[in-house]
Order: sequence, then C-alpha cells, then structure tokens
Amino acid sequence: MTKTTEKKRDVVILFAGDSGDGMQLTGSLFSNTSAEYGNDISTFPNFPAEIRAPQGTVAGVSGFKLQFASVDIFTAGDEVDVLVSMNAAALKANLSQLKRGGTIIANTSGFDKKNLRLAKYGDAESPLLDDSLEEYRVIEIDISKMTKEALVDSGLGAKEIERCKNMFVLGFLYWMYNRKLENTEVFIKNKFAKKQQIMDANIKALKAGYYFGDTNETFTSRYEVESASLPEGEYRSIMGNQATALGLIVAAKKAGLDLFYGSYPITPASDILHELARHKNYGVKTFQAEDEIAAVCASIGASFGGAFGVTASSGPGIALKAEAIGLAIMFELPLLVINVQRGGPSTGLPTKTEQSDLMQAIYGRNGEAPMVVIAPHSPSDCFDTIIEAARISIEHMVPVMFLSDGYIANGSEPWKFPSADDIAAIKPKWADSEKSMTDRGYLPYKRDEKLVREWAIPGMKELQHRIGGLEKDDETGNVSYDPENHEKMVKIRQQKVDIVADFVPEMEIEQGEDSGKLLVLGWGSTYGAIMTAVRELIAEGKPVSHAHIRYLNPFPKNLGDVLDRFDKVLIPEINDRQLVHIINSKFLKGALPLSKIQGMPITSKEIREKILETLNES
Amino acid sequence: MTKNPEDYTSKDLATDQDVRWCPGCGDYSILKQMQGTLAEAGVAVEDTVFVSGIGCSSRFPYYMNTYGIHSIHGRATAMASGLKAARQDLSVWVITGDGDSLSIGGNHLIHLLRRNFDVNVVLFNNEIYGLTKGQYSPTSPKGQVTKSTPMGSLDHPFNPGALVMGAGSTFVARSMDRDPKHMREILKAASDHKGTSFIEVYQNCHVFNDGAFGVYTDKDSKAMTTIFLKDGEPLVFAGEEKGIRLNGMKPELVSLSDYSKEDLWIHDSSDRYKALMLTEFFDDQSKEDALPRPFGIIYQEDRFRYEEAMQDQIDKAVEVKGEGDLDALIRGGHTWSV
Repeated sequence: MTKTTEKKRDVVILFAGDSGDGMQLTGSLFSNTSAEYGNDISTFPNFPAEIRAPQGTVAGVSGFKLQFASVDIFTAGDEVDVLVSMNAAALKANLSQLKRGGTIIANTSGFDKKNLRLAKYGDAESPLLDDSLEEYRVIEIDISKMTKEALVDSGLGAKEIERCKNMFVLGFLYWMYNRKLENTEVFIKNKFAKKQQIMDANIKALKAGYYFGDTNETFTSRYEVESASLPEGEYRSIMGNQATALGLIVAAKKAGLDLFYGSYPITPASDILHELARHKNYGVKTFQAEDEIAAVCASIGASFGGAFGVTASSGPGIALKAEAIGLAIMFELPLLVINVQRGGPSTGLPTKTEQSDLMQAIYGRNGEAPMVVIAPHSPSDCFDTIIEAARISIEHMVPVMFLSDGYIANGSEPWKFPSADDIAAIKPKWADSEKSMTDRGYLPYKRDEKLVREWAIPGMKELQHRIGGLEKDDETGNVSYDPENHEKMVKIRQQKVDIVADFVPEMEIEQGEDSGKLLVLGWGSTYGAIMTAVRELIAEGKPVSHAHIRYLNPFPKNLGDVLDRFDKVLIPEINDRQLVHIINSKFLKGALPLSKIQGMPITSKEIREKILETLNES
Repeated sequence: MTKNPEDYTSKDLATDQDVRWCPGCGDYSILKQMQGTLAEAGVAVEDTVFVSGIGCSSRFPYYMNTYGIHSIHGRATAMASGLKAARQDLSVWVITGDGDSLSIGGNHLIHLLRRNFDVNVVLFNNEIYGLTKGQYSPTSPKGQVTKSTPMGSLDHPFNPGALVMGAGSTFVARSMDRDPKHMREILKAASDHKGTSFIEVYQNCHVFNDGAFGVYTDKDSKAMTTIFLKDGEPLVFAGEEKGIRLNGMKPELVSLSDYSKEDLWIHDSSDRYKALMLTEFFDDQSKEDALPRPFGIIYQEDRFRYEEAMQDQIDKAVEVKGEGDLDALIRGGHTWSV
C-alpha cells in the first residue's frame, strides 16, 4: 500500500521512560542523526536526581526532549508533537506537555496492571483503554514484546534483550521521520566494539523498529523535516559542559599557561571534570579534591604558582567556596569559578535548572568583595564565554564567576566550531626580575593604568613576596591596619572590576528596533526562548525588541542608555526577580519581571503571552 | 645581587617585617631554627614557598624571605596541594597550629597526608587558641579550664601522631621549641624527605597556656618524661637508667639495672607497626608508670608522590595520544558539513 510523506517545519519529540530505559541515549542519537541530516536541533534532557529511582513510578521518569527543524531554532521547543512513553508513569509525567492532536507512542507492556498501579492511575485503569486520550493520536506498540521476538535468536538473556527496546523505538522513529540508520549503526559498532553479541542485538532491534514502521499497514504517513539553511561550514554537536571544558583548555593554551582544575563532584557540574580528565595530553591537571573548599584553595595555590587555576561547582558548593574566593580577590590573582546553577536553596533540585545564584555570584561574599560575573546563553556559547572569562581573569588579575546552568550544561546544539587560529591570544602580565624592581624593592601591588598588578611567581629571582587575606598596604602588599589605606584598597578592588567594562563589547540589540515600546532583557539560558518568542512577535508586527546580557558584573557601559530607549523593560528569569532587583536598583527603571521557579526553563509561549499582556497594558 | 644558596646565612632568610609574636613566645625559636635550616638547605629563596592558615603561627610566612601565602583558616594544606601539583620544582612548607590543622582544617590535613605531596608541614602545637585569646583547642587535655570552658573542657583530645599515622603519613616526627638543636635536626630531615613530612612541635604559649609542655621541657623533669629516638639505637631515657622493651605485643617500662640495652626496643623508623605503637606513647605524665613521650623521627617511608604521579599520567597521555592539538580538540570526533 502507498505511504504518504507530509512535510513539517519543526518537530518536538519527547522520549520518556524509566531512568534505566536508556532515554537519554535514544534522544542523543536521534539528535545526532538529525543534525547530520542538516536540521537545526536543540535538546533538553530532564532526569531525576536519583540514579535509579523506584522503577515504574512518576518520580523515576527520565525524559529527553529535542526539537529539530528546517529553520533555525533556539530551544528544545515548548509543546511536544510526539511523546514516546515507555511506561504509564512516563505518560502521566509528561502528558501535559503534549500538543492537542499530538502523537503518543505507547509501549503497551509498560501499561500492565503493575505499571499502572506504580504510576498511580486510579483503580489501575489504563488510559489507553478509556477515552482520556481522545484528543491525541495514540500509537500502541508492544515494544518489549516486539524486541523480544526480534532478538529471540540473539543468545542474550531476557534482561539484556529488554535493554535493547530503546533501539526498537529509535528505529521506528527513524522510519516515521525518514531518517537513515547509518549514523546510529556506526555509534553502536563503536560503543560495543568488544561485545559482538550486544552490538548485533542493538542493530537488529534498531532495524526491527524501522521495518515495523515500513511494513505494518497501520502506519500510512511519514513526515519529512527538511534540512535547515544554516550558515555554511563544518559543524559538530556540542553540550554546554563539554563546550566549557574545551574552552578552558583552549584558553589556557592561548595564555601559555598550564590548566589546573580543582573540583569536587556535584551535579550538574561534574561533566566538566569528566571531560577535562580525558584530555591529559593537553597538559591538563585535574584534581578531585576532598571537598569544595579544598578544590578552590588548591586552584588558588596553583594560580599563585603561575598556573591557570579553575574551580567549578553548583550553588551549594559555591557557597562553601565563598571565603576562599574572597581571598583570591585580596590576592588579585587569576581564578575562574564556574557555577553550573541548579534549583536551590540548600540541596534544592540537583538535576533541575534555575538561575537563582545571580545574587550569590555578584554579592555573596563577606566584606566588600566584588568580582566579575559573566554568563553564557547557550550550549555552544559556553565555549566563547568561558574563553572570555579566562581572558578577563588572566589579563585583569581578578577572579571571575562563570554562571552557567543545568539547562545549558546538559543541552546540546549544532556548533559551527571555530579554528584555533581565530581565537585571540591571552596575555598574562608577568613580572620580571629586573624590570619589576624599584628603588623601594619589589612592590607586588604596584599597578598599571588598568589597576592590574603584575604576576610574580615562585622561581622569579628577587621578587619573593608574601600575600595574604589581611588588608594590605597599597603597593608594598604588607599587612596594614591603616584606616585610610583600607578604604583606598576597598575602592581599588571595586574599580578593578568596574574597569573591565572598558574592555568588553557594548550591549547590542539582538533583534527588533533599537528603541521603542518594549525591551525583553534576558541573561543566560533564557536566550533561546526569548529569541523564539520575540522573533514570532516581530514577524506579527509587534513593537518588541530583545537584548541579552552576557556581562553581569560589571554591566556593559551603555546598558543604562539602552534601557532608557524603551518605554518598558521585561526581564524573564528562572528565579524570583533577581536581575529585576539589580537593574531597578541601579537604573531606577521599573523593569517588569517574568519569573518562573519550577526547576524548568521558561517556554517561548510563556514569554510570548507575557509580552502580549505587557503591550496590551500600555 | 642574587646570592648563591650555598652562601646563605640566616639573615638571607629574614624579611624586613617586625616580628609581632608576644615576647617570649615559642614561635621565635622555631622561626630562628627554620631560618638556620633553610640557610643550610641549599635551596634558593625564590624556589621556596611558605603557606599558612590562620592563627598565631600562621604569621610565619611574613618573616621568611621566600614566596609566601598567608591563607584562610585551615586551608593552608589545600592551598599547598594545588601549588605543589602545579609546581613540582618548588620547596613548599606549611606552617599551621593545632586549631588550624586539627580542627577547622582537619579534613585537608588528612587528605594532604594520604596523597603524600612533597610538602613539609610544621604543626605548632600549644594546646590552645592563642589569636582568639584563649579557648581550648583539639589538643587541649580533657578538663582544661579556658574562657570557653569555665568548668573544664569536655572534648577528648586528639593524639596528633596517631591521627596522622592513620591518615597515611610518610614522615612523622615530634620536636619542641625549647630544644633548638633537636628541632634543627628534625627540620633538616623533613626538608630532605620526599613526600609529606609532618612535624609536631610542642610550642609554649606563655600568655594563654603557659607551661603546657613544661613536664617535657623543664630541666628537672625532661629526663624522666622524654625519650629521644635514634634509628638503630635502644629506647633508653632517664640518664640511661630506664628503657622500653617489647614484652610480646606490649611496650614495657624497665629499669636498666634489670635489663641490658640489648634487651630493649631498638628504634626502626621504617617499621610501621612499631611507629603506630610509638604514637600511642601518649600518657599523662602524672600517671604512675607513664610511658615517656617520644621525640624525633617516629616513622618514615618512601611512597609515591601525588604530583609526580599526576605528571606521569600527563606524560603517558602525550606518549600514547601525542601532544594535544587544539583544532582536533575543538572538532571532536564527529563533524558534518552544511
């Protein structure tokens, strides 16, 4: 029988199942295949904090959302077109995200009495059997059984066969969206190179899923999402934490420094440590310290020795590091502190995203302890932004905080990667045994016009000096309790941060007019959702513009002017109005909040609605 | 003019900063012996770094004409770990106190020791918090009356030697501020040791805890309460009138009128089991038959250093994969063209 193909501009798929069902891998493989096909893609993994949460329960559901499109996109999408539900709990946890008229692919063996009970469906009544899913298109497949049948001769045990069912689903979706299997086959062959049986079984399950779609007469229509017209060039897929790690290695090399990375395991920052540890042949030194405090202190010690000291954590760990960061501010040494934010306070929501450490980054230390704060806005942007953070830290001899978050860290997108030659050199301001000497001896806190002191490291003759956390005398760096000197030094440390604004780009409008009724001002991971919403509304003729702050402390010099050119400013944030407070106290602007504090990204739909509401009010 | 390390005198190790410890503080003696030791060590001042935490002893780096870090409370050991990992070539010393390293910094101390970074830790033990004006410390004896314990301290004190042996220390020694010659010997041995050296120095705080170690340092009691360890020699003390012998698994206090030196415990600093036992010579000296307190090198072993192993892995990675190429790193494994 004839099968038709329908063209789509963009599709959002959500793979959902138990944490052990392999949904993260399935989603990544579909993304890679689509990216290679030429679609623009954006992904959003969403998983529980427990490694193996109770099987079959809603708490244990792991999801991987991805959007692929024939146009450029900035988020993993709001509403879902296709929801893959490996069990009843996966459906229950995610149904609210499914578009009306959307497709549910349900693994029927995941809807048996036990699974229904665990998912807390009333009276173990299957939603597949009543009329509760009337407004959706439901495709029921007994994926577990089909996989079992396909692999009956594989020689594998029941448990191992069960593990291949994600490949069956993947194969089926490849059929549905007209995708080739090669990319995934290559992946499977590499991954299981030493386990022939498992390799064969996974490939067989993948093909079985594909052929099932092809030959089963129930499925008559397939979809086609054509390749996007992305700028020409060579691409790879990149995740935020990975881009951060690569950027660190590149930055250290560009500065001619050894990279020292002190870190303590914490979600969602640990992947940076994992990635760096793989690249020891770049001279990278990774140090898994005994705790967060040791991690930052070891990095400060390394910087004192002339390496590029970097430490990373998430909010709770950053709180523990705060005292040592204050010390690095007194030392005026390079130190890069990465905060991959997650839901707080306290342990909060370890695997969920939030932007609630902005105030902590800017203000969260004892005494007057200003530091530079900078935030990436997408997975691939982590690469450029971390290099920029490194440049500021090394060239200005100041600690810098890099504020990523769980959404960016685990999300992925295609990346038109640069050539290493195109990345500018970073220039440390080294002291020199002869040139740095004065008639008053060596003055470790003598500064240039940027207020930057020289970096004198052990091994440099005649430049021995002692630095510490006690207030220091200007220039000599000796301990000083002089009242006026203290005030002077406090102001100098502030000016050192302020002056950075002279060396970073001015604020630009991302899209829309340079002035007008409404500016949507974002920072960090809300970028994609704001871009999507504002683009749509501009196309509809609405007077709205978008600007995104990368430099959060100090702000770009022209930020006040930009804000003044708009009647209203709307700030979407995944926190309780933190940037709103800072902007309003600094510029007296009356900026309006759009806060969402649910451990989830703000959707473009939510932003769109808020923009329309704000425009209608005026 | 830069001097050759061979020509250093103590003065070359001193800075122009006024030393600000209380007059009569035991720290002066340690500073003097340290400057003397380093003048003879043959290491350039620019290749030496002193790292400290917070407390009276932690002012030490300001008085040494080397590179120095006066860090934050308890963290000197962590800071020194990073410094040594980044710079194997440096001679790194950590100066700390009983509060700094055994209370707030306890965690970092034990981890430094197990990793065995080639760092020398000198713990000034005065059994009191001096800089904060007299609270009991983790080494104060139970029942000690201080400002924060008017009815006596309830904490069972740490036995620092046993603690660091448990943490895998590769060099454990004890000395005292009142015996400069002995201290000099121990500092020299620590400086020569490859790996983390841990030296506990009994140091008198005559303002807040005067005479805490008087029983070990005063002329009239010292002979009866201390035993100075020397490799290959028997454990004798009290003017060679008394000694320690091993009676099965137990140390036994004996009189040399009943036993000969050949019957005694012969010190062997490479013997871990004996060292563990020696650190348990921790009796209150007012107790009858108290074992004397050992001074000298209790334990020493040669074990791999973290920073060297870390560099070995890097060298190995370069050997196997080749020197990292930035473009290859950025491209990753899989790319496609548009």
